Amino acid sequence: MSRQTLRQKLEILADAAKYDASCASSGTAKKNSLGGKGVGSTEGMGICHAYAPDGRCISLLKVLLTNHCIFDCHYCINRKSSNVRRARFTPQEVADLTINFYKRNYIEGLFLSSGIIKSSNHTMELLVEAARILREEYDFRGYIHLKTIPEADPGLIHQAGLYADRVSINVELPTTSGLTRLAPDKDAAQIEGALAKTKSRIIEAKDERKRFKHAPRFAPAGQSTQMIVGADDASDADIVGKASNLYGNFGLRRVYYSAFSPIPDASAVLPLKRPPLMREHRLYQSDWLMRFYGYAPGEVAQATDKHGNLPLDIDPKLAWALKFRGSFPVDVNRASKEQLLRVPGLGTTAVGRILAARRHRTLRLDDVAKLTQSIAKVRPFLVALDWRPTTLTDRADLRALLAPKQEQLELF
Amino acid sequence: MTAMQNVSLGAHYVVHMPQPDDFAFWRERARALIQCDVPPDRVSWVEPGGTGDLFAHGGNARGEKRLPVPDKDAPPVRVSKRFMSLARNAGLHSDPERFGLLYRMLWRLQSSARIMEDKADPDVRRIEEWDKSVRRDSHKMHAFVRFREVEGDEGEHYVAWFEPDHHIVRTNAGFFKRRFANMKWSILTPRGCIHWDGKVMRESGPAQRSDAPSDDPTEDLWKSYYASTFNPARLKVGAMMAEMPKKYWKNMPEAELIPDLIASAQAREAGMVAAGEREERQQPKTLAEISSAITACRDCPIAECGTRAVMGEGAIGTPLMIVGEQPGDQEDVSGKPFVGPAGQLLDECLGTAGIDREAAYVTNAAKHFKYVQRGKRRIHQSPTAKEIDTCRWWLEAERAIVRPRIVLALGASAARGLLGKTVSISQARGAPIPLDDGSELWVTVHPSYLLRLDGDAREEHGALFARDLSAVRARLSELAV
Repeated sequence: MSRQTLRQKLEILADAAKYDASCASSGTAKKNSLGGKGVGSTEGMGICHAYAPDGRCISLLKVLLTNHCIFDCHYCINRKSSNVRRARFTPQEVADLTINFYKRNYIEGLFLSSGIIKSSNHTMELLVEAARILREEYDFRGYIHLKTIPEADPGLIHQAGLYADRVSINVELPTTSGLTRLAPDKDAAQIEGALAKTKSRIIEAKDERKRFKHAPRFAPAGQSTQMIVGADDASDADIVGKASNLYGNFGLRRVYYSAFSPIPDASAVLPLKRPPLMREHRLYQSDWLMRFYGYAPGEVAQATDKHGNLPLDIDPKLAWALKFRGSFPVDVNRASKEQLLRVPGLGTTAVGRILAARRHRTLRLDDVAKLTQSIAKVRPFLVALDWRPTTLTDRADLRALLAPKQEQLELF
Repeated sequence: MTAMQNVSLGAHYVVHMPQPDDFAFWRERARALIQCDVPPDRVSWVEPGGTGDLFAHGGNARGEKRLPVPDKDAPPVRVSKRFMSLARNAGLHSDPERFGLLYRMLWRLQSSARIMEDKADPDVRRIEEWDKSVRRDSHKMHAFVRFREVEGDEGEHYVAWFEPDHHIVRTNAGFFKRRFANMKWSILTPRGCIHWDGKVMRESGPAQRSDAPSDDPTEDLWKSYYASTFNPARLKVGAMMAEMPKKYWKNMPEAELIPDLIASAQAREAGMVAAGEREERQQPKTLAEISSAITACRDCPIAECGTRAVMGEGAIGTPLMIVGEQPGDQEDVSGKPFVGPAGQLLDECLGTAGIDREAAYVTNAAKHFKYVQRGKRRIHQSPTAKEIDTCRWWLEAERAIVRPRIVLALGASAARGLLGKTVSISQARGAPIPLDDGSELWVTVHPSYLLRLDGDAREEHGALFARDLSAVRARLSELAV
């Protein structure tokens, strides 16, 4: 086989890495390159340097070190039995590519993952080596996200956390049975064990820094994970339950949901259809409800239908409100923050604005309209000085009034 | 108010801003005017190059000279922190009315200090909108500036061309300095330029696009990355346009790929789906149906070899199913499974173990012969895991009809055809593996493996094979009771 050029390798290994949803570069410790030898800064807010036509942000150089893999997970394009072209970077090549892209302001940093070659430890060593070259030889102070391999030696994972801003381990599927069926080489207990270990290291390192100024940072942007949606038959209620366990047990910064999308040379056991993007979107919305709106996982599950799935045509918050109409309407001039957060159509920003504005005036519906995105959507659930929805809140066809209209196609 | 004596009653004041982004200057002047109690409708603020408003004309173009001077003991002007942080950004907006409105806000704040909290107030909302669009413009500058490398006399120099909407260049110099502290760079814009040489920040006047370099060799790599990281199955053009509006595209090298990526996306996605398509076909109900269907099957590339499909052989309801890898040269010719050299060896061993081949159902994991032509000979090629997985659908159909109690898989390919994953023969052999339908899977080597060995190894593995077969024989008798 002829030798691949750097560009060919980049094409193969970027293509192989794109099914990882995360590209975040936010929430890490502040650092900059003043007084150093190299380049790089992180100032808290992540930056999306470009957007691809799939609407996803390109913040990091997201590549695999290699897409050779000894595992055979059905949903994965890089599984052993797949016929994709294979390629392999050296750690040095990855580091050079990162620096060259960074200097031109294309990226915030590196997201490095890998297929498993030889052994988990060998692979983990190579990942850590790439991060080491960047941090120690190039004095790179941008963002690094390393995917860690749950089966690897804890010492190596520790090393990874010292170089990286964020580490992550994918739980892959929401149910253990799904994992056994679709990822026969992976072990749920081992994955969760590794998540737990990383969590305790992050806490220890934070604690040490409180006492010793120069204690090393360990993954200051925390850890995250990813679940694939639509490859097995787990319901939305299962997924939301699993996510809330993960947030609770392992202190995760984020749980990413990735709609299973058709991959080239797919395994025969998978449903090959258009990815359930809307379902993915609804799951993210419910994730937000739990993280920022004070909903308990059980309450999100209350918004699901009898199969445990969230409705696709309306958002989960509206679905919940329609089921629990007794809690509405709420008085925009008197209701607590928690109550206002439950009003469909009011986001955290709008609620903040309402709370600030009502110290100065008693709000009319017009005032509320200036503070929110769409007054038509929130109106049935609110009472204002000059507005009372009377029977609107209890109308049987309220759902139809608020759901996006179905459009009949024109004859052509 | 003592300052009033410095103010001519009914006079109109004009303040000429030296720079469109000089907030400190505005602050000084605004403070003095407030202390002299000059109401907002008596002040005009003029940007460099601007004409001001209706009242700013006339003989005293240098109206600033006549600005009133507050008394030394005039009371200090106080505003909320929130106003200061908003005003700093809003002052950078390109709207020529910004300084006038900021002054009006400052004026109003003197009598009602907490008015900034009233988000429903139109002035507050306008300032907040300015602040928001300036912050967004800065953020997009951090994101979309693209440096190009030029080889200078003193090493590498990185130069970018960017077109901001507002007067944000100077305020954002710090960001780029912190990020690229040890790099020589320049950012050229139509609103002025900034240059960093590793030690000192320098400013210069407006530039043109042609002053910036036109390409950089690394851009090809970046474009490859951009195209490869895009997932055509998830096309969401609206989401991209919301965050990366078209106005930025002309200065971003990767953006020229976008139209083609969008145009080809649906075809690429449909291709991937079709390549693996197994629509909800009805599973065949009889062996005859399978037999005719596999002849027409083109689900995997083996079918393109032009060989015939070889159907399994045996009766429905027999307790034992034997599964091989795929038909060989002779099987392809005769259309029957296990008739070549390996088949003969299998017959011999089955006989020794006391298993009646005629009473078993014999079939293969893949139904077509895969080979490469070498001269006159057709050389056997192992089917790939993907091909086995694809053909598994037929094998499952056969199992559902024949319903054997025991399935004997010969070799790793056969085992994969039944389990859907690759197992190691040496670890899996010798003990039953339960299958979903309640039957048992026994795994052993393929007889052709024995044919490739000789000497002691042949002896040893022959014995192991015989032992596996007798275990199956024993299990069959157990189940028969």
